[in-house]
Amino acid sequence: MTVLCLVELDGTGAADASLRALTFARSLTAPDGGAGPAGDGLVAVLFADAGAVAGGTPAAGALAAYGVSDAYVVEPGQLPGYAPLAWARVLAGLTGATGASAVLAAGTDRGAEVMAHLGALTGAPMAANCVSAAPAGAGGWHIVRQRWAGLLLEDAALEASPALMTVATDTVAPAEAGAPAALTVHRHQPDLADGDLAVRATESASQAGGVSLANARVVVGGGRGVGGPEGFAPLEELAGLLGGVVGVSRVVTSEGWRPHKQQVGQTGTKITPELYLACGISGAIQHIAGCASAKHIVAVNADAGAPILGHAEYAVIGDLHEVIPALVAAIKARGAPG
Amino acid sequence: MEILVCVKRVPQVGGKIVVTGDGQDVDTRMSGFAMSPHEECAVEEGVQITERLGGAVSVLTLGPPEAAEQLRDALALGAGRAVLLETDGREWGPIATADAIVAETRRRAEAGQGYDLLLLGNEAADTGDYQVGVRVAHMLGWPCATGIKGIEIADGTVRARREYRGVEEVYEFPLPAVITVKEGINLPRYPSLPGRLRAKRAVIEEYQPQWQPDGLRKEGLRVPETERKQAAVLGTGVDAVPALMAVLDELGVLP
Repeated sequence: MTVLCLVELDGTGAADASLRALTFARSLTAPDGGAGPAGDGLVAVLFADAGAVAGGTPAAGALAAYGVSDAYVVEPGQLPGYAPLAWARVLAGLTGATGASAVLAAGTDRGAEVMAHLGALTGAPMAANCVSAAPAGAGGWHIVRQRWAGLLLEDAALEASPALMTVATDTVAPAEAGAPAALTVHRHQPDLADGDLAVRATESASQAGGVSLANARVVVGGGRGVGGPEGFAPLEELAGLLGGVVGVSRVVTSEGWRPHKQQVGQTGTKITPELYLACGISGAIQHIAGCASAKHIVAVNADAGAPILGHAEYAVIGDLHEVIPALVAAIKARGAPG
Repeated sequence: MEILVCVKRVPQVGGKIVVTGDGQDVDTRMSGFAMSPHEECAVEEGVQITERLGGAVSVLTLGPPEAAEQLRDALALGAGRAVLLETDGREWGPIATADAIVAETRRRAEAGQGYDLLLLGNEAADTGDYQVGVRVAHMLGWPCATGIKGIEIADGTVRARREYRGVEEVYEFPLPAVITVKEGINLPRYPSLPGRLRAKRAVIEEYQPQWQPDGLRKEGLRVPETERKQAAVLGTGVDAVPALMAVLDELGVLP
């Protein structure tokens, strides 16, 4: 079967989330679950300069490696910038033109928004944050999708063709096809309707780069146990020494101790660091939804029965106000000459 | 400025999430219920907008009779009117939910008190469907922005802001409109005592919309299998720092 997949770009290459969505999409096209070459057709849809996916570019290489046979590119001259309804209109048109049985996007802010518009345009259901899907019966699908930001899984029957889904990118790992596909790039001229561009993003001044919570290698977490806004100085110092950033639990932001953009969790940021050092964080399940993808979790907590210990590899039982300054001193002493 | 804020009653889960014996729902025997977090911020945002520009906030929920509790929470925060779209406890999908919200919006317009702005949460904490607001906007033919972290309104035009890959995006469109917001757009206030008293006495308007199937049918819920860890305790208090240093060294994160 033919499967359409929205591919977002990150700089010049395909975004990591979209590579995961392509991996998922390829598993639907091929009867062997996607380990071999793609089946009838894995079709990518991109909004970019055609030059960005010309032969030899990183994006074109990635699309071919992930088994994409055809890429439809809508250039800025046709559709300037991000306009969710217009992007959905393009997907709707290409669904008809390619006879696709399923249309997918990564479960990113944009992917979810465009797929919601596509569902609304067509009146069809849209299954958000799927972790697997398989055809079941005539035109139907059995899907497994995330609820509670991945804390629960839902088994469901999706009765619609084409099937509209977003992909849970924290669960589906990116994997190249067994053999690369021969990629054909098509410049696509979309048929847009009046008003499709009425809601369109304009970017304000780009913010400074640097280490962000989402891509930090080390995150030092602070929770209720920090005790107040003034208690974060040692955590900041430790994060600075480790080249990381401070993340916090929901109670910290709802108390106004720290800004919301530092929140790790279901309603904040999902983090994927090498080390998450959770200090004074009890480990409410909504927080775990945000830090479960950390490679290693170490907890510092006064309560040996705190739920966070059920998710951590190592723990120090003690008052973070004593442990963290002592750790900072130890790191500084180690770095000192002699 | 007439604003409708749509909120959802969701289980308040703490350290653990448990599924009922029949695998159909979250077990709530040991937990309470609360407004879904993004939507608590939607209520606060609606109240702040009317404090600046005048007008009133209505709050709506679709749920069982007990969901009146979340409507009263919203009334205590400053909403002036509450509408309960009462269900029989069955789960409603996003299409059916959007239909019911649109019916209330049209009912209000026909009464000559139409809404200028609908606010929803970006996604519900439990089902995480990410689409009810967009579907409502399509049915009404209104513009829509999702995941919004900042709203300014002047002369019938909305400026809505959100972040995408570290860059701020701005959307401008006319009212009436649908906006879904994310936690962090504001810090919801604590309800005042007069607010609580007013909420307790308020009359809630009730309607019984018709349930309809959605094309996506839940078969069951389960907790994903993950290896259950139990942390190895490195020690107690500052005495544990050398062992902690050894772990950090092993992970290669020390400078």
